[in-house]
Amino acid sequence: MVTRVKQRMVVARLLQAIPILVLATFIVFCLMQLIPGDVAVTLAGENASVERIAQIRQAYGLDQPFFVQYGQWLWQAAGGDLGTALLSGEPVAQTVARTFPNTLLVAVYATLLSIVIGVPLGILAATRSGSKLDGGIMGAASLGVALPNFWFGMILVLYFALTFKWFPATGFVSPFEDFGQAVWYATLPALALCTNGIAEVARQLRSSLVEIQSSQHVRTLHAKGLSPARILWLHGLKNVSVNLLTVVGLLFNKILAATVVVEAVFAIPGIGSSIVNAVLQGDFPVVQGAVLAMVVTVIVVNLVTDLLCTLLDPRINAS
Amino acid sequence: MTNLTLSEAEPLPHWEEPALPVRLLRWLRRDPRAAVSLAILVIILGTALLAPWIAPHSPTDQNIDLMLAGPSADHWLGTDDLGRDVFSRLIHGGANSLYAALLAVTVALAIGLPLGLIAGFAGGWVDQVISRLIDTFLSFPAIILAVAVTGAMGIGLTNAMFSVGLVFAPQIARLIRARTLVVRQELYVDAARCFGASPARLLIKHVLPNAVQPVIVQSTLLLAVALLAEASLSFLGLGVQPPEVSWGSMIARGYLYMSIVPEQMYAPGLLIMITAVAFNALGESLRSALDPTTQGHG
Repeated sequence: MVTRVKQRMVVARLLQAIPILVLATFIVFCLMQLIPGDVAVTLAGENASVERIAQIRQAYGLDQPFFVQYGQWLWQAAGGDLGTALLSGEPVAQTVARTFPNTLLVAVYATLLSIVIGVPLGILAATRSGSKLDGGIMGAASLGVALPNFWFGMILVLYFALTFKWFPATGFVSPFEDFGQAVWYATLPALALCTNGIAEVARQLRSSLVEIQSSQHVRTLHAKGLSPARILWLHGLKNVSVNLLTVVGLLFNKILAATVVVEAVFAIPGIGSSIVNAVLQGDFPVVQGAVLAMVVTVIVVNLVTDLLCTLLDPRINAS
Repeated sequence: MTNLTLSEAEPLPHWEEPALPVRLLRWLRRDPRAAVSLAILVIILGTALLAPWIAPHSPTDQNIDLMLAGPSADHWLGTDDLGRDVFSRLIHGGANSLYAALLAVTVALAIGLPLGLIAGFAGGWVDQVISRLIDTFLSFPAIILAVAVTGAMGIGLTNAMFSVGLVFAPQIARLIRARTLVVRQELYVDAARCFGASPARLLIKHVLPNAVQPVIVQSTLLLAVALLAEASLSFLGLGVQPPEVSWGSMIARGYLYMSIVPEQMYAPGLLIMITAVAFNALGESLRSALDPTTQGHG
């Protein structure tokens, strides 16, 4: 049942996303302006004639005032036109559409692994808080947070691909071609990425559960004779789930960013590799378009998590 | 007369606060985690600072007769694909990695502190504008933004870590803004204002010292993140450029030859992890030491 209060909060949150979205596109656009030197000269390449530079300046609208350029770029981007890559001549929107699904598959896979492994560990640590097991899990979690995931990926490649030959070492299959194969290829990258996530989910869940367990209403339930398992399911996890949702939303965004580096280890043709290659080659329309796609995704994920939290949180109705 | 403030008044006679080194020692004895992590960091930082004197070989001297050699008495961790001593490169690389992490956090503080202080202290539309900006920057995926900014500013370790600092700055700004909102309501700030202290003096003498604790904790934690960011960016080829070396670029090189000399890939990664764990542990200990609500935490 969606109450008036919740409706108003949802609308407010949706409105709040608009300035952030606009400002984010503006920052992405400004990135291109940070490049030292004249963009038109860079575009025309070395030894270009003055006429050619002028021609390019006009063709790209670089002779227009700054805000006019931004407006044009935003209008085109909204219509799905992100410009063309300087080197390959491929439309950037096409590059994004080709590479982003691969990245998303790895990121979603790693997020799911983080939850599936992190939640039981967190519950285990919380229910035995203060024990050796709890200490062990939390110790492992502080290692997991500090583990460079691309480095862990290399170790996974060394053992599980090169030594035991259980998984393919590098490469990728598009999820649209063969989903099973795609998941197979995404397994080692997702394992490499999920360590930080497992640690974070387990830590957060443990601390929220421990906090709830020591609260007055749980103590009352104990006194009334409810079994600890029942208290955990009915009162602990239900209260914590909203909290956990926020953590997972933030985690997905973190993992999405970390994929950039892990893609390089596993030679995955994802959006991260296209950004890095474009940066190394100075192909800034690709950088701009791909970064825009990622930023918009992150903003949308944040928005959706916030909205879900608002809808699910039982405390909001009370107020 | 106008400079007289309450905090400058004489302390009560029966309470004398011990000197900083004494308090530090007491803290380290109470909190073994802090002592151990501080010791590890001092060793790693000391080794990095003294790299030219400690390293047994030059990090760039090549020896084509001895390429990809395993560990030996002369080369403790063997030699890389150009016959360079890996152990010496690890020591020199540590200096670059730590410099990179410090640079990123310094940039983050230099941008984030003033922005957050001003937003929290000024309020009104100034706060609105800065807060929106902070929210927007926080919605950028950190590494992606750093990669893109590095691309725009030019590839290299300093530019890369400047970008990372830029990406961290909103976190610092948000933290100090939230604290400033609380602190500026305090009685001693009002009192100082009544005595005619200028806004700049209020901010620097009264608000900043009382709002800065969470920032100290966060900066320590960010050092760990920055270290990992350096490794990532250098691994991608956007950070340190050859012949310079860092732990991140050593991992990248080690990856190419990991089936021949796996220890050359393990060593820099392990050091990154140990240093990051030490920064994190120190940050957590600082958090409980500075937070008055969690007293007596062991």
